[in-house]
Amino acid sequence: MKTFIQCSLATAILAASVSTAQAETEMVVVSWGGAYTKSQTKAYHEPYMKMNPDVKIVNDDSAAEGASKLRAQAEAGKISWDLVDVVPDDAVALCDEGLAIEIDHDKLLAPAPDGTLPSVDFGDALVSPCFIPQIVYSTTIGFRTDKVGSTPPTSINDVFDTKKYPGKRALQKNPVGNLEWALMADGVAGKDVYEVLGTDEGVKRAFKKLDTIKKDVVWWTKGAQPGQLLADGEVVMASAYNGRLFSAIVENKQPVGMMWDAQLFELDGWIIPKGAPHLEEVYKYLKFATDTQRLADQAKYISYGPARKSSAALVGKHAELGIDMAPHMPTNPVNAKNTLFKDINFWADRKEELAEKFEAWLAKS
Amino acid sequence: MPENKEDYLVRFENVQKSYDGEILVVKDLNLNMAKGEFLTMLGPSGSGKTTCLMMLAGFEPATHGEIFLDNIPINRVPPHKRGIGMVFQSYALFPHMTIGENLAFPLEVRKMGKSEREEKVKNALDMVQLGSFADRRPAQLSGGQQQRVAVARSLVFDPDVVLMDEPLGALDKNLREQMQYEIKHIHERLGVTVLYVTHDQSEALTMSDRVAVFDAGVIQQLAPPNILYEEPENAFVADFIGDNNCLHGIVTSETENGCVVKTEDGSEIKANKINIAGVGKPSTLSIRPERVIVNPEPGQVPNVFEAKAAELIYLGDHIRTRMEVCGNDNFYVKIPNSSHHADLNKGDTVKIGWNEYDCRALDATNN
Amino acid sequence: MSQSDTSTLKTADGISLKLSLQRSLRRKKRNALLLVAPLFLFILITFIIPIAYMLVRSVDNQIFAEILPTTAPLLAKWDPLSGNTPDEEVFKAFITDGKVAAQAKTINRLGKRLNYEKSGISSLFRKTGRNLRKLEPEKLTTSYKEALIKIDKKWGQVDTWEILHRESGKYTKSYFLSAVDMKYDANGMQWKDDDSRIYLNLFKRTLWLSFLITFLTVLLGYPIAYLLATLKTSTSNLLIILVLLPFWTSLLVRTSSWIALLQKEGVINDFLFAIGLITDEGRLAMIHNQTGTVIAMTHILLPFMILPLFSVMKTINPSYVRAARSMGATSFTAFRRVYFPNTIAGIGAGGILVFILSIGYYITPALVGGTQGTLISNFIAYHISGSLNWGLAAALGTILLLLVVALYILYDKIVGIDNMKLG
Repeated sequence: MKTFIQCSLATAILAASVSTAQAETEMVVVSWGGAYTKSQTKAYHEPYMKMNPDVKIVNDDSAAEGASKLRAQAEAGKISWDLVDVVPDDAVALCDEGLAIEIDHDKLLAPAPDGTLPSVDFGDALVSPCFIPQIVYSTTIGFRTDKVGSTPPTSINDVFDTKKYPGKRALQKNPVGNLEWALMADGVAGKDVYEVLGTDEGVKRAFKKLDTIKKDVVWWTKGAQPGQLLADGEVVMASAYNGRLFSAIVENKQPVGMMWDAQLFELDGWIIPKGAPHLEEVYKYLKFATDTQRLADQAKYISYGPARKSSAALVGKHAELGIDMAPHMPTNPVNAKNTLFKDINFWADRKEELAEKFEAWLAKS
Repeated sequence: MPENKEDYLVRFENVQKSYDGEILVVKDLNLNMAKGEFLTMLGPSGSGKTTCLMMLAGFEPATHGEIFLDNIPINRVPPHKRGIGMVFQSYALFPHMTIGENLAFPLEVRKMGKSEREEKVKNALDMVQLGSFADRRPAQLSGGQQQRVAVARSLVFDPDVVLMDEPLGALDKNLREQMQYEIKHIHERLGVTVLYVTHDQSEALTMSDRVAVFDAGVIQQLAPPNILYEEPENAFVADFIGDNNCLHGIVTSETENGCVVKTEDGSEIKANKINIAGVGKPSTLSIRPERVIVNPEPGQVPNVFEAKAAELIYLGDHIRTRMEVCGNDNFYVKIPNSSHHADLNKGDTVKIGWNEYDCRALDATNN
Repeated sequence: MSQSDTSTLKTADGISLKLSLQRSLRRKKRNALLLVAPLFLFILITFIIPIAYMLVRSVDNQIFAEILPTTAPLLAKWDPLSGNTPDEEVFKAFITDGKVAAQAKTINRLGKRLNYEKSGISSLFRKTGRNLRKLEPEKLTTSYKEALIKIDKKWGQVDTWEILHRESGKYTKSYFLSAVDMKYDANGMQWKDDDSRIYLNLFKRTLWLSFLITFLTVLLGYPIAYLLATLKTSTSNLLIILVLLPFWTSLLVRTSSWIALLQKEGVINDFLFAIGLITDEGRLAMIHNQTGTVIAMTHILLPFMILPLFSVMKTINPSYVRAARSMGATSFTAFRRVYFPNTIAGIGAGGILVFILSIGYYITPALVGGTQGTLISNFIAYHISGSLNWGLAAALGTILLLLVVALYILYDKIVGIDNMKLG
């Protein structure tokens, strides 16, 4: 018995020393799991670890509860995460609460190959001093190619035109996006949308426009629903995340088309928790993982656009399907002719109030 | 009893009943009830008596045959139009109504006026000495009181016939006997026709004008209580009604009124010829215990045998003695507890005997 | 108690009989207490404390005094109806408290809290917090008031201070007011604008749909329960398994099948279209609306009606109806006057179960209810996990709880709780 314990102790010590010898730093990166984490692993983690054999990147798939778990860790005084993938709303909140580190993007991140500063290259995507943007995805409109005749919809106005395109539309049961679209369809320019929506008249105007299609709308709540509603033929058009539409069209070969007009850009990116165990290593990694080429590489594995403008030109082919990914990128200049960035600060202030108005509006028949 | 069958109030004619299409629960029943008669159907459970009651009440359709009520065939008349009162073993008082409301129920559904209704309810309750209970709920009454209410309720709407399905089965013995008399008296006073079902023979004998003994879906004998006891027509009735001793044997000879039956141990018994198949055929002899004489005078009775007292049970007014006689070790004799009775001990051998008339030769049974 | 006027009975060993009895009873009581203690603790921890917490949460407003400790009492003295902004000392206290809170990064929590009262305060606080962190009060060349107004001109408006003044107490009624579509300002309580009212209608809808569902379960469950109660035990046991079947299928399977059945291109519509009962345009909308909620919830809750009804009907002696029939009642009268009154206890029990369950249901309405078929619980869930406005969720939950209690008392008054038989 004694020898057994000694033996196993020795093995354990040996194993421990071997692992420390191979990777001195073990960096915990929190993300959303599934296809998304896979795309990050392929595009960032693997090349980085190849370059730095002493770093081991460990994936943690709990980004869905990222903000609340991070709060709990801070409460307990023991931060075990080095990098957390979050949506901008959470990034703003965590930054305000002092749970994320504020950084100087121009100092920390790599400039574009042509020397453009990161702050210019990322542009509007830098919604918070703590937020390091990664991808842009968009909520846009998909439609049944077999039910729109020979003239597929091309503009957001067509969503509100029930004469030209009769039938049901699926929209997200949420004021975010719908109010903006309603104003744009009512003639407000994309750059003025939030200014107009900031006034009571603007809100009334948006709801009045939504009134015109209210009885033709099926409201969805889960990301998978619009694709299903389109596939079932329950609706003619549906708002959906562009990645979902990509998989319906390209991967599942449904008779579905896609329209990029007035697409609502939303972001996803990193924050560094305050008290991250390997801060220096994280800075090093971030500089690599958010450079122009790396962001373009991620698009090989998933149809979300790089957050840097300079990456757009470098997007290649899908790693498995072999098709050209550029046309499927929300950020592709061809697609991004008329776009709208979701205004994080506007919605941070007005979400409760407008959600209440939206529900009251829905309840009125 | 009336001469013509049209004069009977209730007639069962060739009635058969089967629940499953395979077994007849009631086999070819023919039964007539006179107006004002108290007739009891007596029999072990499963003998078909309750089924007959349910067919008359209208809750079970007859599979074959016709039932007449006042000369009207009623097979197709629904229960609520038959005008038959009914008392159930479980009383079936409506728990959500007061006693008064329970009694008023049949009058209400007949759309009787309020004042008349109240008077009738009062009379009916007075009849069963529960006049002050009208506002109580059934659950607040004792079992006996509930049963009286049930009887009153079955009579309050003046039905032609009242059916009682083991109404006293749930009561204890003393209360049961008291209720027997009460029901009997109500019957006499009102002159209502009662069809009564029970498996308790003393209840049947106490109350009835006539008793129909049921077994296996057939009426074994229909007769007034005394005839039933004194002159059973077959072994089942003899055994079912009252205490009875059975002796099994083969008929060896028969005369005009009598016959001789030889038991297995060779004893030859002279018996009253009632229901035998003929010489050489088996027969069951039935002798009531109280008709057996211990130590008869020589020549007093024709049948005298040696018997051994196997067991004595002291019952106060008499001593019930189990004896071994004629190859039967289960032969009971009642010895009156009079001052000059023979001192009998267990194991003693005595002579016992009985009259030819008291020993009835009946059909053979297996036991 | 005086010894002189009562003769004391003693036990064999001379102890007072009463004392001895008390002792033995005490032991009994203690044992009984020990037996229920684990369950009591369990209920206390998992039920009573959370409910108490919810009740407190619905009025709790400690956050203001925690984050702005010196501002709160000073602000309380200010009269918003005066038309002037508060005194310089309030501004000073706010800047002092605010700088501490901004450095501790807690000031935005208060901003989020006050944003429930008026949209825009969240960003005002965020902006103010950022500036206060850098501000050095000792080096101010202007008054505190001017310094704050320089950060954002909203600090010069009475409206802003009025909201802070109103919500500076330890308790607030704003959650409860919101929960009944009211708001509160210096002029007192008033209804919200028409385009912001939700909850009263939702409470009404929840009650109405719950009544409807309860009624439908009685309508559908009563005959089934009657059939089960009158069948042979072996057959009825088999059928009860079928009744319980909804419990055994997973929610997702059930929901998918409802969607497959009820949607516009679904089985039922296809069938009705095929037999020519409806046109292709006239396909019925049976899901993602109130009809969907009613169908799905009636289906799920049916067993809760059938089982109590069944157990009550099982105890009804069949001779009641026979007795009634023999006394001259038609089968309908016998049912109405005799059988039905005896099943009211079961209807009451099933009704209360179904009603209370449906008042609090939220998964099914969320999946099949669309916009018109969602219930108040969906909003409680939304405020708990979506908007994180727990105060409002607690207030809505408290009102729901009070509604249930009120209905329970009403039921007791009308039918009587003693009449309820759960089996």
